[in-house]
Amino acid sequence: MASVDSVALAPDEPAGADRPPSLWQRLLGHRLFVTGAVIVVFMLLLAIFADLIQILPPEKMQVRLRFQTPSFSFPLGTDNYGRDIWSRLAHGARLSMAIGFAVALLTGITGTANGVFAGYFRRLDGPLMRLMDALMAFPAILLAIAIAAALGPSAFNAVIALSIVYTPRTARVVRATVLVVREMDYVAAAKACGARDLWIVWRHVLPNSIAPLLVQLTFIFAYAILAEAILSFLGVGPPPPAPTWGNMIAEGKDYLREAPLLCLFPGVAVALICLGLNLLGDGLRDVLDPRLRVQIG
Amino acid sequence: MPEFILRRLLIALPVLLLVSLISASIMELVPGDPAVLIAGQSASDAEIAMVREQLGLNRPFVERLGSWYAGIARGDLGDSILLNRPVTQAIAERVPVTLALAGFALFLTVAIGLPCGIIAAVRANTWVDQAVLTFALIGVSVPNFWLSLMLIVLFGVMLDWLPAGGYVMFADDPVGWVRCLILPGLSLALLQVGLLARISRATMLEVLQQDYVRTARAKGMPMWSVYGKHALKNVMVPVITVIGISCGLLLSGSVVIETVYSIPGMGRLLASAVFGRDYPMIQGGLLVTAAVLVLLNLLVDVLYALIDPRVRYGQR
Repeated sequence: MASVDSVALAPDEPAGADRPPSLWQRLLGHRLFVTGAVIVVFMLLLAIFADLIQILPPEKMQVRLRFQTPSFSFPLGTDNYGRDIWSRLAHGARLSMAIGFAVALLTGITGTANGVFAGYFRRLDGPLMRLMDALMAFPAILLAIAIAAALGPSAFNAVIALSIVYTPRTARVVRATVLVVREMDYVAAAKACGARDLWIVWRHVLPNSIAPLLVQLTFIFAYAILAEAILSFLGVGPPPPAPTWGNMIAEGKDYLREAPLLCLFPGVAVALICLGLNLLGDGLRDVLDPRLRVQIG
Repeated sequence: MPEFILRRLLIALPVLLLVSLISASIMELVPGDPAVLIAGQSASDAEIAMVREQLGLNRPFVERLGSWYAGIARGDLGDSILLNRPVTQAIAERVPVTLALAGFALFLTVAIGLPCGIIAAVRANTWVDQAVLTFALIGVSVPNFWLSLMLIVLFGVMLDWLPAGGYVMFADDPVGWVRCLILPGLSLALLQVGLLARISRATMLEVLQQDYVRTARAKGMPMWSVYGKHALKNVMVPVITVIGISCGLLLSGSVVIETVYSIPGMGRLLASAVFGRDYPMIQGGLLVTAAVLVLLNLLVDVLYALIDPRVRYGQR
């Protein structure tokens, strides 16, 4: 009773003050989400402004300045060709984020299409999901390097290979949500009104499947960056001298004894961005849909 | 139960068929003439013709597919170009090494991940919980090939405690065998440790809120007995899930880890096949690994149904 009285006695309090916090407020109140967002935004800035913050062009070699230790002129030192590691790292952020984002976008489209059709049109479920199962049966990295190597090493082909590998992992999540959504009353109501299936999918099923999809794509973004680093490291990503983090680690590997820093920095960068994206994904999941469990790639 | 197994088998069969089809068509992705690419740039026309003949590239795809399946029926996956010997033989030779590495990594996963997850749940929202969660998050974020290099620098080069790579047979030198497996095993296990810790923590938290746990505690059962008797049993379900998923991740990881540590297992065999454009080996390797994983998942599903009767009756 007391609380009701106090509300009545305080007319100048803004209306709806006891309304549940908005999505943004909840996200901003989630400590891990904010930490992840800060890391991801930092990396994003690094990627966007790579041209401005670089000290030298990333592929500029300086034969006399090989293996410089970190100093004022080269904050992270130079590599085996005398290239500035900081500049390469920033441009690597651009490449890695671009590839990761492209993979997330592409799997978002193909995975959603597969998941929605399998989940909504039950006759397609068997064939589509068996195909997804078959693609998922291969060890992810093995399939990715086999496809990337067959197509030829390049950034574009790495995106294609990784999208093929991660599409089933997205399709499964979307299908699971669609199976729940299609039984909802509003779908039955739309059907009763004579709405056609494709309209229902577009208007009702898709918007209601967005939350788990978004969470999954954040994780796919992280996996794709990790996997791209592996592809580059094994030599089937964008070919050197492209400054990908994987290439930098692969080149630094031959100088582990003399100059371990060559490998250290790009590895930390990969770990940091993946950590950021994982935190972001966890936060999104907690806020958007607490029932979702960890999805594993 | 037999009906459940049969239903699962009926799903696995088309998957196996698709898996073999995908494996066979991986060479079709090569732009241009694969024979030229495989023979190398300096190859003569005669050499290219020989490769073309050997791979059957002068026959239509459907015909090659026919002989691919005929070969599978006979247990023959063709001959490796690089090694000049049957693919099945080369794979069979490397399997025990990869099994040893993966088994060791799986052991580490369960030995580290499960207790961490359970302790984190029991001490939820304390610094212990925070530490475990942070560690788990780092585990799923750090690239394992990079971790391998760092471990090699630290323990193999600077401290010189463990070998920086290579492999010895268990029969030749059991102690050396373990020493060779410690670093690669740890590198391979880290990701799964993170996953298992997070999942077992989540499940344990759920179980601890159940009525039967409260009842058990209310009637005066000591805490650790409650955890052991009721909670642990329920945590086993996600553990089996993770182990099922881990098999795929471990095989995936072994491609990279075996390359970094120069371990002569299946992962390195297939990685070098990819770089050497040894297509019979790639196709055979893809088929064998995927088929094994499909069958393993089948086994995990059956195991599930045995442990948790709810799975048997509920349709998926």
